[in-house]
Amino acid sequence: MVKHTNAREFNSTRRNILAGAAMGLAGLSALALSSTQALAQEEFITVASTTSTEQSGLFDHILPLFEEETGIEVRVIAQGTGQALDTGRRGDADVVFVHAKAAEEEFVEGGYGVERFEVMYNDFVVVGPNSDPAGVAGSDDVVEAFATIAETESTFASRGDDSGTHKAELALWGMADVEPGGNWYRETGSGMGPTLNTAAQMPAYALADRGTWISFQNRGDLEIVVEGDDRLFNQYGVILVNPEMHEHVKAEEGQAFIDWLVSEEGQEAIGSYELNGEQLFYPNAS
Amino acid sequence: MRSEPRVELMHGVPSILPLRLEAVSFAVRGKPLLTDIGLEVTSGQRIMVLGPNGAGKSLTLRLCHGLLQPTKGRVTWLGAGANTPRRRHAMVFQRPVMLRRSALANITHALALQGIGRAQRKEQALAALRHFGLEALADRPARVLSGGEQQRLAMARAWALRPEVLFLDEPCAALDPGATHAIEEMIQAFHRAGVTIVMTTHNMGQARRLADEVIFLHHGRLLEQTPAAEFFEQPRSEAADAFMKGELLW
Amino acid sequence: MGQENAFLAAWRLIVELDPALVEIVILSLRVSLTAVLLASLLGLPIGAALAIYRFRGRGAAIVIFNAMMGLPPVVAGLVVYLLLSRSGPFGGLGLLFTPTAMIIAQTVLILPIVVSLTRQVIEDLWQEYEEQLRSLGSSTARAIPTLLRDARFSLITSVLAGFGRASAEVGAVLIVGGNIAGYTRTMTTAIALETARGDLALALGLGILLILLTLLLNTLAYGTGRFAQRTTG
Repeated sequence: MVKHTNAREFNSTRRNILAGAAMGLAGLSALALSSTQALAQEEFITVASTTSTEQSGLFDHILPLFEEETGIEVRVIAQGTGQALDTGRRGDADVVFVHAKAAEEEFVEGGYGVERFEVMYNDFVVVGPNSDPAGVAGSDDVVEAFATIAETESTFASRGDDSGTHKAELALWGMADVEPGGNWYRETGSGMGPTLNTAAQMPAYALADRGTWISFQNRGDLEIVVEGDDRLFNQYGVILVNPEMHEHVKAEEGQAFIDWLVSEEGQEAIGSYELNGEQLFYPNAS
Repeated sequence: MRSEPRVELMHGVPSILPLRLEAVSFAVRGKPLLTDIGLEVTSGQRIMVLGPNGAGKSLTLRLCHGLLQPTKGRVTWLGAGANTPRRRHAMVFQRPVMLRRSALANITHALALQGIGRAQRKEQALAALRHFGLEALADRPARVLSGGEQQRLAMARAWALRPEVLFLDEPCAALDPGATHAIEEMIQAFHRAGVTIVMTTHNMGQARRLADEVIFLHHGRLLEQTPAAEFFEQPRSEAADAFMKGELLW
Repeated sequence: MGQENAFLAAWRLIVELDPALVEIVILSLRVSLTAVLLASLLGLPIGAALAIYRFRGRGAAIVIFNAMMGLPPVVAGLVVYLLLSRSGPFGGLGLLFTPTAMIIAQTVLILPIVVSLTRQVIEDLWQEYEEQLRSLGSSTARAIPTLLRDARFSLITSVLAGFGRASAEVGAVLIVGGNIAGYTRTMTTAIALETARGDLALALGLGILLILLTLLLNTLAYGTGRFAQRTTG
């Protein structure tokens, strides 16, 4: 008799511990479930894009229009171009929307993307302190300006993050026949905004996309020193992640987004986005 | 019926006593603290374990109670009731540990650990408090009670467990004379209910008041187990004699 | 814009109660509080067990949990990212870039804190309680709920430390959540974004709001703890 009560108490202790553990697991799976249900309930696609497009505010302007028309929610992950392409390569996004033509073509050739569509462009600008230590302000030859900055060893803040802007900057150093390095060349290893924050403090020259520059508020003494060179042209492309590579890719909805971007309506939406009275992106879908 | 739980328990339940220690030694990292202890505890006695500091009194109690295992030798409960899984001996420490809950809940928790059903716990716990006139403390947080109240609560908790043997390790060492008196009264109540008492104390007056039998320890060895009247008249061992005269300091 | 506008920005955020901001605050609290709940459900018993059981490798386990308290959030985020990625072992669940992923990452992040602080508290308490509980017939396993209950006021601190880490970190949630507007954007990732945008006043305003919220939650926890302690001793 006594023995039985003892065993029961022991069991109930064990039950308490098990119940606690079970509650924990139940909680976890309930959470997991609630979000997977959310997946099933509403249509959405994940777009890996660049910090420059996100931070410029473009998506806040165009996505509501698309969502209203199609009922498809667009979830944007803002990363550097290199990272965004990698996210697509891993199958963690349905669409990539980036600006580094060579890398994009490689992405498609590697079978990770279906087809590349050109959507819009903006341009890069070289910004620098208004004291202009390198004396390049007002130039319209970006390659010469880069060469001068290197020659005078004026401080330059580089993204250094394998982003589209970083790739464009490296291409310009190449054209100027400069191997950037040394004390004057600072790699921030971060996004456009943080790099501009850094450049404003140093102060330093930096290459920025115009969209981020216009929306950037913490400029300090920075201003545009070089702009308008054809070689500062910045083309954006959009690619559907290959469903043959990752079967869960929402090809239909993703393609609908791409189709809308290159449609007359989407192009108009892009062209109509202005910040501080300036147009940030120029639609150029073929 | 439950107001006299002891009597009810004793009827028809086989005893766990006697308790026998055979050649028990206890060492920590090779250092012997108890050596070759042999003794037997029989039913109904009040046994005082005496000896100077460091003699091994508390260790002996802990070995008997099963909190420690002997390095050598055996501790055995020889009675026919010894095989029931419920522990039928309880212990009251010099400083009782009270849980952060009410006095009553401290007792019901102890009963829960003994596997007593939920419905019965509260009844049994209240009965124990009532038995010692402590029911006013029932809903008070145990941790904020005075030292004397906490020790009385510890005694009530032991009572609720309905032990056959009660070990007490210096239960009054930290108490004032009033509280000491109250605890002694409670020990007598246990004795009247038939509970065997094994207790350490440094208070010779208390030992004289309570003892039926004395165990004297010195340097980890048992020097004598003697009826109390005889011990206080004239101890058998020289060391105990010196101890009684206050000449044996360690 | 200068920092002198930050308090103004914070004030405006609170007064205007922008629905997008409310959503961000609710998500932040939901993610961090859920992570704290899960980490506590797992960490309190694990910490207590670590405190009172003696087994081979116990020392190593304690050292590892202690060291993991300093785990950089980005590393925790990266590990969870690789696990939940479509190309990872749990990719089939489709959890990456969801609030659930953020909860998992933060749980991983704060579990060591809850475990280590709980172990410390329970170890001290066990020293005091062990003989008494064993005397009353408690098994080691049965002692765990008793000890956790008696240490509850001290354990509030370890749980709050976990919450503090969860609500303050940005690295892990940014990586596994993706900072998606309206879906996985939390207070901290929003602060990071506004800083990147160069809107330092708004970023600092959000920061002030976050600190106020943390202060409020801590005050509530402290207050209820004190109240309960006064009534139960």
